[in-house]
Amino acid sequence: MNKVPDGNGRFGKFGGRYVPETLMNALFELEEAYKHYSNDPKFQEEVRYLLSKYSGRPTSLYYAERLTQHLGGAKILLKREDLNHTGAHKINNTIGQGVLAKRMGKKKIIAETGAGQHGVASATIAALLGMECKVFMGEEDTKRQQLNVFRMQLLGAEVVPVLSGTRTLKDACNETLRYWVSHVDDTYYILGSVTGPHPYPMMVRDFQRIIGDEAREQILREEGRLPDYVVAAVGGGSNAIGIFYPFVGDESVKLVGVEAAGRGIDTLEHAATMTLGRHGVFQGSLSYVLQDDAGQVQPAHSISAGLDYPGIGPEHAYLKDSGRAEYVPVTDAEALEALQLLSRTEGIIPALESAHAIAQVMKLAPTLPPDQTIVVSLSGRGDKDVEAIMSYLGGQKHESH
Amino acid sequence: MNRIDEVFHKLKSEGRTALIPFITTGDPDLKTTVDIIIELERSGADMVELGVPYSDPLADGPVIQQASERALRGPVTLEACVEVAAQAAAAGVKMPFILFSYFNPILQYGLERFFTLIHEKGISGLIIPDLPIEEDGEVREMAAEAGIHLIPLVAPTSKARVQRIAALAQGFVYCVSSLGVTGMRSEFHSGIEEFLQSVREATPLPIAVGFGISSRDQVERMSKHADGVIVGSAIVRQVEEALPLLLKEDTYRDGISQIGRFVASLRI
Repeated sequence: MNKVPDGNGRFGKFGGRYVPETLMNALFELEEAYKHYSNDPKFQEEVRYLLSKYSGRPTSLYYAERLTQHLGGAKILLKREDLNHTGAHKINNTIGQGVLAKRMGKKKIIAETGAGQHGVASATIAALLGMECKVFMGEEDTKRQQLNVFRMQLLGAEVVPVLSGTRTLKDACNETLRYWVSHVDDTYYILGSVTGPHPYPMMVRDFQRIIGDEAREQILREEGRLPDYVVAAVGGGSNAIGIFYPFVGDESVKLVGVEAAGRGIDTLEHAATMTLGRHGVFQGSLSYVLQDDAGQVQPAHSISAGLDYPGIGPEHAYLKDSGRAEYVPVTDAEALEALQLLSRTEGIIPALESAHAIAQVMKLAPTLPPDQTIVVSLSGRGDKDVEAIMSYLGGQKHESH
Repeated sequence: MNRIDEVFHKLKSEGRTALIPFITTGDPDLKTTVDIIIELERSGADMVELGVPYSDPLADGPVIQQASERALRGPVTLEACVEVAAQAAAAGVKMPFILFSYFNPILQYGLERFFTLIHEKGISGLIIPDLPIEEDGEVREMAAEAGIHLIPLVAPTSKARVQRIAALAQGFVYCVSSLGVTGMRSEFHSGIEEFLQSVREATPLPIAVGFGISSRDQVERMSKHADGVIVGSAIVRQVEEALPLLLKEDTYRDGISQIGRFVASLRI
């Protein structure tokens, strides 16, 4: 496949910069700065240093032996992004963009968050680099993820509850963009996924590809071969692109993105953007979007606040339409079952997002012979979800929309 | 000749500035929008921007966001918004219609089908706030073929882009008065006059200024530097405040007149 994106931020036909004119110069400035610093050895060294000494990379590629035995098929290897500082892969990107923001001379950073993981990772890097930080979070999500709200506040960030629209991640993104339009002179927007206008989908991929770079090197070293499957959950798609990207050129490796089917793809409550969405322009780029016939974006639903999003990064749309990756839906119920299975077989409580990937592995592994291997991105740990899970499993439906 | 050009031409000979109200189409319903348009013209509007309600209005502040949410409960489609213009024209409205829509509803309708529709229904201009010049090639060509002016936005942050945007502009250049989303505000971007002057120098076309203009004083101030003044959120807010009147049959006309009086107060 060709190197993507092109100079206009296009992954095939997807991507681009569909934003108000007020932001265009800021995007070009960001692209220039990123081009410059990503080739600057000192910048790279600082990012590498923080990833290693501060976040604890490389994360391990762990053979989940009991889970493998339980499912009775392919060998399952977990890429342990949950072991990062702050408990998820999100820090890979906020370290990169935080250092970039500082080099660009910005004093303030803003970020959107759904589950709160990216908000926490942004607040963390802001504290570390001595910058002001505001995190926009849908009011609905601030209720679902109270612990993360408090974590961000402890880290010195201001959490701004978003009351517009669906009051979840989608509208938190809108509100962050609106705030950025008003404060573009001195504020850096750390976008948390491979979504939005160019250069974000490219830049966030580049900062997240360390997941796949490490995993590829680790499996070649430890197993002496490439995996047969790489499986990752997709909301906006940053951990999935991060682990997929270094394997895209390895044709034998099948790439599987797992999206949230919520209460089921035959209901109206899901976040199955790839399965049920159509091509459309949403929040700055052309990709797949959950929308009605008139092009109005539809609210998504997932038990996982991080997957509760009606869009997906443009590079995923490109991988899907070119046939290089496939995208499958997993329901809330399947994810909950997977979460419990991983907790009991491996002593690892995964984030609800990552539990979707595990749920797909539960379907896939038993169909494969033991000599095949599956690498799964365990994108985050489940501590943040424990309270919500407790109410789900206690039979009391946690309020969602 | 496009109707927008005719209006600016006439106003220039009279030494006047165009008053361009923006309304959210379908707020609170389509029939009321037609009546509001008739009233806007009666109250001195020179052209009107018809906002197509959208689920994710990135460039808009809370007033227009809420109006969009109200309208979408209708529900209101792109096609229905365009039909409103045709109905207003059939009721005798002469001023040109400018459709203001985010890109996705247009894309989903189908570009070709869309331009056929708005041409047939008498739309003169089109503003797509999330389609910068880098992305608008196909739309620009089709608009030109259909005789529709694609009106671009320039912002105080556009800087060197002003030249390129102005060179491609048709109808007029829409100058964003301040950084930020639409909505009423007391302060404009510092250096607004210099910014408008830089746009003026970049184009022979009329320039209009919008975002945040809500009072007669502000209209007067901007009229010194621009050929047109766009008032959006302040009028949408008037509609919102008139809702209790508009929703009852016996006070409906009072509601419409109340909006009209506000618009008349902006006319200079």
